[in-house]
Amino acid sequence: MATAALSTVQLAPGQAAWRRFRRHRLALAGAVTILVLVLGSVFGPYLLPFDDTYIDIMKRFAPPLSGAHILGTDELGRDVLARLMMGARVSLSIGFVAMVIAMAAGIVVGAFAGFYGGVVGAVLMRLVDAVLCFPTIFLLLALAALTEPGPVITTVLIAATAWMSVARVVEAQMRSLREREFAVAALAFGSSNLRIMFRELVPNAIAPIVVAATLNIANAILLESYLSFLGYGIQPPAASLGNMLNNAQIYLTSAPWLAIAPGVVITLAVTSFNFLGDGLRDALDPRMNIP
Amino acid sequence: MARYVANRLAQAIMLLVIVSAIGFAILHMAPGGPLSQFAVSGQMTQEDLDRVTKQLGLDRPLPIQYLDWFGRMLKGDWGRSYRDGETVLSVISSHLGATLELMATATIIAVLLGCWIGVLGALRRYSLFDSLATVGAMVALSIPTFWFGLVTIYVFSVKLGWLPAGNRQTIGDGSFLDLLHHLIAPSLVLALVETAMWGRFMRSSMLEVINQDYIRTARAKGMPEWRILTVHALRNALLPMITVAGLQLPTLLGGALVAETVFTWPGMGRLFLDSIGYRDYPVVMGILMFSATMVLIGSLLADILYAVVDPRIRVG
Repeated sequence: MATAALSTVQLAPGQAAWRRFRRHRLALAGAVTILVLVLGSVFGPYLLPFDDTYIDIMKRFAPPLSGAHILGTDELGRDVLARLMMGARVSLSIGFVAMVIAMAAGIVVGAFAGFYGGVVGAVLMRLVDAVLCFPTIFLLLALAALTEPGPVITTVLIAATAWMSVARVVEAQMRSLREREFAVAALAFGSSNLRIMFRELVPNAIAPIVVAATLNIANAILLESYLSFLGYGIQPPAASLGNMLNNAQIYLTSAPWLAIAPGVVITLAVTSFNFLGDGLRDALDPRMNIP
Repeated sequence: MARYVANRLAQAIMLLVIVSAIGFAILHMAPGGPLSQFAVSGQMTQEDLDRVTKQLGLDRPLPIQYLDWFGRMLKGDWGRSYRDGETVLSVISSHLGATLELMATATIIAVLLGCWIGVLGALRRYSLFDSLATVGAMVALSIPTFWFGLVTIYVFSVKLGWLPAGNRQTIGDGSFLDLLHHLIAPSLVLALVETAMWGRFMRSSMLEVINQDYIRTARAKGMPEWRILTVHALRNALLPMITVAGLQLPTLLGGALVAETVFTWPGMGRLFLDSIGYRDYPVVMGILMFSATMVLIGSLLADILYAVVDPRIRVG
């Protein structure tokens, strides 16, 4: 008991985590940026007098800050800001949903591989290694070429190329957690394997899972922009941050503003999620702290 | 050592089998299967289709077809392009040089710049330089390569007119200087992400090394600081970078595809994208398998090389 008296005031784990997170100013800035982007893409379109697909051929290529169009208009006279907001809505949604699917797949594969180990684990993890051999963009494009493009397919394909890193994280966690006393106790209680895996072990690995999820969204937004830029993601007239840049490439010399805004928004969104993930890693799991 | 290499080789071969099975599965995902090309054209009757199916052995059970396909892949028979009837391997090899040139240049830039930034960041930890480098690396990893390429073209080709906006050489020129001039922008764009990764890994590797006992011993001996850094710290910090080089191959290949597209560089990535546009499935599948095999061999070589330089790996 003497040692307890010597120790300083103990913070609740949640409080300590919040303190570490706040110290990470970039993560906080990332969180705020994400909030602004989400609010802007959800409510922004209702505040603008322009529709994102409304074509006004008389007002093509209006530069930014000229008249009513704050960010100018594109090659068909559509308002760039309206398209940007709708595009961000599409890109962020795809990023989020793809992350959820990838996490679900990665957690299930990683949980089974880590919990059972042996042949099951080896087979599942070799599958993970094998999929990781394919350069993501190549795999993504090959799959996209064989399917009909659309938001749903794009989301599923991105998830299909992003679950492996999650599976690796979860597998490593499960392998160490299943040896711990609470897991052994659950086994002694006669809990089923599935119950131990998903009610006992996975919740205890929540910190690295949350970090992986955040970094996964960043990756998914980036992949969507690549796929749409290359013409195999979201198809016009629907806007996405990636396909806006596809059009902008053609008019780079005459209308450079078309290329600036979507690129800045993608970079902002991806950087924010990456910083947030980094901050969460420091906050939630001090042991993973890289010097 | 021989046992380690044999072990690692066996793993790689097993992985190659799984990779090829995934490739085969994707091939059969094509709407209408491998013969969709002919089925859609409408110029073939159902009888013709049935005959071709039988001739190509597509009516056999899938595992048998897979073994047959895998066997032909190993023998170097990767099929022919739908577009011009060239063999897939010759189409790939005619585009490979341009891609390797781009990737090698970008890697050299990234290794030199990234290691320099990483070492300096580790030595002056938490300094302004270190903070800027850390934030910069994160931003560099988040910028879409194609957008960075577009901005580069706009600034250096459109506005300043310093660099060509694309292609590997001026038509009718092709001298060394001309080639170099065309190489600058795409290789720098490709090097951005790689530099950021090398910098991050180098920084943490260097930090790990300079806190080791033998560095303190060297200092205690009164060895000059530059000698400690170069002979003791840097040499050991560079060892894990061999693994990083292997790990980076997939990102490098993917980045090359994007850089080639933006800069109309006649490499394998652009060929891949073009082939997708033409629904030239044999070439698409060929490049997909080729790139995966490249990654596989790259990581195998990296692991073996690492075991050569670091005895702890092959014993452990």
